[in-house]
Amino acid sequence: MTDVLEPLDENRRQLLMDRSVPGRVGSTVPPLDVPEQELPPRELLRDEIDLPEVSELELVRYFAQLSQLNFSIDTNFYPLGSCTMKYNPKVCDEMAGLPGMAQVHPQQPEGTVQGALQLMHRLQGFLGEITGLPEVCLAPMAGADGELAGMLMTRAYHLARDDAARNKVLIPDSAHGTNPASAAMAGFEVVTLPSDSEGNTDLGALRDAVGPELAGIMLTLPSTLGLFDTNIVEVCRIVHDAGGIVYGDGANMNALLGRVKLGDLGFDVVHLNLHKTFSTPHGGGGPGAGPVCVGEKLAPFLPTPVIDQSDGAEGQERYSIAAPAQSIGRLGVFHGNFGVLVRAYTYIRLLGSTGVSRVSEDAVVNANYILSQLRDDYDLPYDRTCMHEVVFSARNLKRAHDVSALDVAKRLIDHGIHPPTMYFPLIVEEALMVEPTETETKETLDYFISVMKSIAHEAESSPELLHDAPHDTPNTRLDEARAARRPDLRWRRM
Amino acid sequence: MLDAVGAASVEDLFKEIPAEYRDPSLDLPPPLSEFEVRQEIEEMARANMVPGDYACFLGAGSYRHFVPAVVRQIASRGEFMTSYTPYQPEVAQGTLQTTYEFQTLVCQLMGMEVANAGMYDGSTSLAEAALMAARITKFNRVAVLDTVSPAYRDVLQTYMDAPGIDIDTVSSNGNLDFKEGTACLIVQQPNFFGYMEDMDRLSATAHDQGALLVVYADPMATGMFRPPGDYGADIVAAEGQSLGAPPSFGGPYVGIFACQEKHMRQMPGRVVGKTVDSRGKTGYVLTLQTREQHIRRERATSNICTSVALVALTTTAYMAALGRRGIRSIAELCYHKAHYAASLIGGIPGYSLPLDGTFFREFVVRCPLPPAQINERLLDYRIIGGLDVSSSISNGMLVCATEMNSRQEIESLARALAEIGGGT
Repeated sequence: MTDVLEPLDENRRQLLMDRSVPGRVGSTVPPLDVPEQELPPRELLRDEIDLPEVSELELVRYFAQLSQLNFSIDTNFYPLGSCTMKYNPKVCDEMAGLPGMAQVHPQQPEGTVQGALQLMHRLQGFLGEITGLPEVCLAPMAGADGELAGMLMTRAYHLARDDAARNKVLIPDSAHGTNPASAAMAGFEVVTLPSDSEGNTDLGALRDAVGPELAGIMLTLPSTLGLFDTNIVEVCRIVHDAGGIVYGDGANMNALLGRVKLGDLGFDVVHLNLHKTFSTPHGGGGPGAGPVCVGEKLAPFLPTPVIDQSDGAEGQERYSIAAPAQSIGRLGVFHGNFGVLVRAYTYIRLLGSTGVSRVSEDAVVNANYILSQLRDDYDLPYDRTCMHEVVFSARNLKRAHDVSALDVAKRLIDHGIHPPTMYFPLIVEEALMVEPTETETKETLDYFISVMKSIAHEAESSPELLHDAPHDTPNTRLDEARAARRPDLRWRRM
Repeated sequence: MLDAVGAASVEDLFKEIPAEYRDPSLDLPPPLSEFEVRQEIEEMARANMVPGDYACFLGAGSYRHFVPAVVRQIASRGEFMTSYTPYQPEVAQGTLQTTYEFQTLVCQLMGMEVANAGMYDGSTSLAEAALMAARITKFNRVAVLDTVSPAYRDVLQTYMDAPGIDIDTVSSNGNLDFKEGTACLIVQQPNFFGYMEDMDRLSATAHDQGALLVVYADPMATGMFRPPGDYGADIVAAEGQSLGAPPSFGGPYVGIFACQEKHMRQMPGRVVGKTVDSRGKTGYVLTLQTREQHIRRERATSNICTSVALVALTTTAYMAALGRRGIRSIAELCYHKAHYAASLIGGIPGYSLPLDGTFFREFVVRCPLPPAQINERLLDYRIIGGLDVSSSISNGMLVCATEMNSRQEIESLARALAEIGGGT
């Protein structure tokens, strides 16, 4: 038999459909306890369902072994810039899983879900207070969904004022790709705005770009360069004077928690990534949640639903599900990603008024510590105090030794560290964006720093080590071009 | 660490924030210990009336099915739960391979050629399917059958408004001649009221007029009924929640999105593909990324960034645990229970079943009183009744039964309805 001679790791990675053996089952089915009913006409039914047949143990072992091929926060340092890969307290997951939360059905009458609505109403209040934008809708199901909500509100605001000519949205060249994509989905034309040499918004370019067609601007603060835009108040003033809306992408809120309220600076609408800042694990790519917080200008246009509170009978607080007056409508069929909202509520209650600013303090100190220790080994395109993340450039290694940011990143894997974000923001050549987060110890940061220094030395002494990295992973570098050229997106029966 | 940084104080690091706005007062409650937080949230949970303590006959887009322990155990492994989107494939093969499994099992269940890695939920998956049909056909209007859930049609409206795509609501009883330039016909199967549509006729109607067929499918129904691929669906959207995720007051869920292979480059969202590494070993990567926002920016097929990977993993584990025979058994249990419930309720004086045809696990009951009143009274019997659909069907209640509803619960519901409706 040749299959017993197959390498162990190949065998472990055999797909479910190839593991299937007729008759095996991975679960039991409850018995039929009602009289059997007449089945529908045969022509409406399917013949068979070609799904795998595997035992429960096989399932557990297969998925457990696959899970071990992942890096994760529970197992590795993950300094992935702009992604805020911090540790999230396990109690948050447990609270979302309480039967009294997880088993509640979204179509239940309001009177039967007062606990869930109370939690949501309080969370609206917390997020409104943190951002300084008191009207909040928790419904958006991801950051990009919050962006879409913000852009649709911007559109609705101008249309309500019979100002239909406003069809342009300004977006800095450093922005996440979701920003222009969200603006486009809301029907806007995207105009790219350059950054100045300090990494701030270029005020001259901004003044040239505003006009009667300006719908608004989408900004991330701190910017994706990890820098606080010192022109921010002036940016908001220029946009407001031109009749535009200032949208804040809250991707980097970890840097500003408790330090400044974005509403005070002039933002009209901000979305928060609860899965980054407020304690939902990333799950290998979701779920998240992207609540939107607004001031009075945009409040009538919030998505549906929002949670209202009133005084009910006997002085008891009563919570209800409401639609804002000129709502942009529903972004999803129910009330948003409630399980993520429970985690955020739990997390904010743990932190409290004092803990919130401790998050930003530790996040910013940690990033600046890394900046200070690696500034002689890697180029620093913007030599300023950074916020929660620091953007280095490997262009010095590229020029001297033909070692790229990609090579550095992949070599980190050999040392058990997840790569930083690479080649983003797009305006930094050979970018390496490092976000240590507030939850890592100094010992972990020092280990990372020592590995980064040794890689910089290796770039000179043995660059092939970096070109070939990673060395000790289940797969070496994968052929992405082949995957895109000849897409194989699913198992097929041979 | 501050010394190493060269900062005199923490405040030094934040001094670029304009002083007048820096360190505002923050009106949040004081911190709590884990013990106290748990007590507070358990108290809130007790303020909910919870299915399980109550018999529950709600469906309408979120379904209660039994979830084997192995499904939750797999999905709660920290290596899956606390990893990022798999941009670095060498350290994310676990997430990538399970996503490829998800795409595979979705295709097997739906009878479709390709699927993506997941969308926010079923309703946004449907809206994206309509946008994709518009991209493929270059038409800017869509036809929606009036038996599609009103809430899904609301979400569709939100998404279609800004790009200027018109929505025509059409009736399967009426004239199905679409307006010129219709990108697709959107059908929910089974429909919002739980009944099966005549898909062969609707498919031919759409295709004869040059429109694509977009099917909003119920994955559990495909456990026994013909899958969308069987009747020529071009794009399939579905809510994945019923495959192993709890109702969780509406989310997080996962949207299923599948289509024919010839359209795959127009799909929104993440897609995982199989490839080889530099040593020739099989591995998986995110692929077809030139459709996506992080590459294509404002010209991307969608702004979506997530694939709700953890819920997708949950559904993958569920489909695998139930397997070839289990899914069919659960679907048939739902069918028998719902039909038993319908036979009991339909026989109560004052109650009737106003719709004809084949239904799966949901059906409409016409009540002798407004359903809201009945539901209020049912709580005294520790029963959460069906959904009030009186805005579509007078005194209509949409009742759902799954394998989670015991015979005793179903018979209690029938007795309670008889008592509440008695003498009217």
